[in-house]
Amino acid sequence: MAVDEVKLLGFWGSPFALRVEWALRLKGIEYEYVEEDLSNKSLMLLQYNPWYKKVPVLVHNGKPIVESLVIIEYIDETWKNHPLLPEDPFERATSRFWAKFVDDKFVPLIIKMSSSTREQKDKVAEEAREILKTLESCLNLNKPFYGGKIIGFMDIAVAWIGIWAPMLEKIIDVKLLNEEYMPLLNTWFSDVLEVLVIKECVPPLDELLAHYKDYYDRFMATKA
Amino acid sequence: MAKHESDELILLDFWASMFGMRVRIALAEKGIPYEYREEDLKNKSQLLLESNPVHKKIPVLIHNGKPVSESSIIVEYIDEVWKDKAPLFPSDPYAKAHARFWADFIDKKLYQSGRNLYTTKGEELEAARKDFISCLKLLEGELGDKPYFGGESFGYLDISLIPFYSWFQAYETCGNFITEHESPKLIAWAKRCIQNNESVSNTLPDLEKVLAFVQRIRKRFGIDE
Repeated sequence: MAVDEVKLLGFWGSPFALRVEWALRLKGIEYEYVEEDLSNKSLMLLQYNPWYKKVPVLVHNGKPIVESLVIIEYIDETWKNHPLLPEDPFERATSRFWAKFVDDKFVPLIIKMSSSTREQKDKVAEEAREILKTLESCLNLNKPFYGGKIIGFMDIAVAWIGIWAPMLEKIIDVKLLNEEYMPLLNTWFSDVLEVLVIKECVPPLDELLAHYKDYYDRFMATKA
Repeated sequence: MAKHESDELILLDFWASMFGMRVRIALAEKGIPYEYREEDLKNKSQLLLESNPVHKKIPVLIHNGKPVSESSIIVEYIDEVWKDKAPLFPSDPYAKAHARFWADFIDKKLYQSGRNLYTTKGEELEAARKDFISCLKLLEGELGDKPYFGGESFGYLDISLIPFYSWFQAYETCGNFITEHESPKLIAWAKRCIQNNESVSNTLPDLEKVLAFVQRIRKRFGIDE
């Protein structure tokens, strides 16, 4: 039997590449990680993802898959151990709905906030908090993870917010995750990030902060 | 008794919505009976607001009282629940991932640039036209020489794209181009879908009707002819 060749093209500061790594690690899949320099993209990346030219890209036995949530579903369907999505079709649809909600609604706001003037950012942050509050409404009170006792698709799709939001709060000086306003969300993110396989695979936080701060400072300088 | 014989299915939808059409086609492909409810988008029903409180949008499929939203997610749900009839997705995970990627591309790129065609003018419209045509060419490239996006059979990606065909006359009129000149293979594919699949021919509204609808929207946006 041929050995699977799994390669992940990623960027250490990308939450989307990170959640693909979490999926691979939860399933115990061996993979080769290839760090991309986003200011000088490799020929391999441009060939494998000519449409968006972005990371992450999963290459399985030479065949590329792009878009992190598409990749995670592919991983779940190809390696059947430690299933990430629930079995019931309605619960699967619900998981997919919320993951899409975060990507479609929260991510653009983060990007907007990172490139807003001081006057605009508070307004954008308020919109972002409302999105998070809506996200919290999907959580069930009695479960550590979204689906219950076992970590799954929704948890790894969304827990990056538990790392990125506090970091952005420091850099941009806004409030996003509010313990009083969204207690369940905070607890959920902490629980997910405590899982050993996840904990062992997070970017170095001080470097992440420095990286994003640098980007933000350079942007603000152009606005001065 | 068949597993889903006593299922109650309600589809909250709007006749011109390409997203709603996807769900109608998927249900028709599987021969699943359902109750269709037309929503007045300027006066949304209580049921819609309760079933999709997050987005308050159609389509919503309510299956035995449980609502599913977002057209791609609904189509996949339908395929998983009624898995013994007319599979919509390819079985190979790689082909499946590919189909999901392109459906997402259609939602992110094609839909938005199509929308820009009827809501902008001048330079913005010119940019939208270029954008839209380049999306069509990419999709045409993906189709290649296959009869359908799914290969030999009509499937998920075909279902995701074919509703947009009913909007082509509207797009062409607003954007001042002819799809057949830009992407002839795509037009051939669309006609094949309509000819060979009753689910499509019975679902797609008249192109002229959609054009009239879009022209009313343009008036509201204040776009002159």
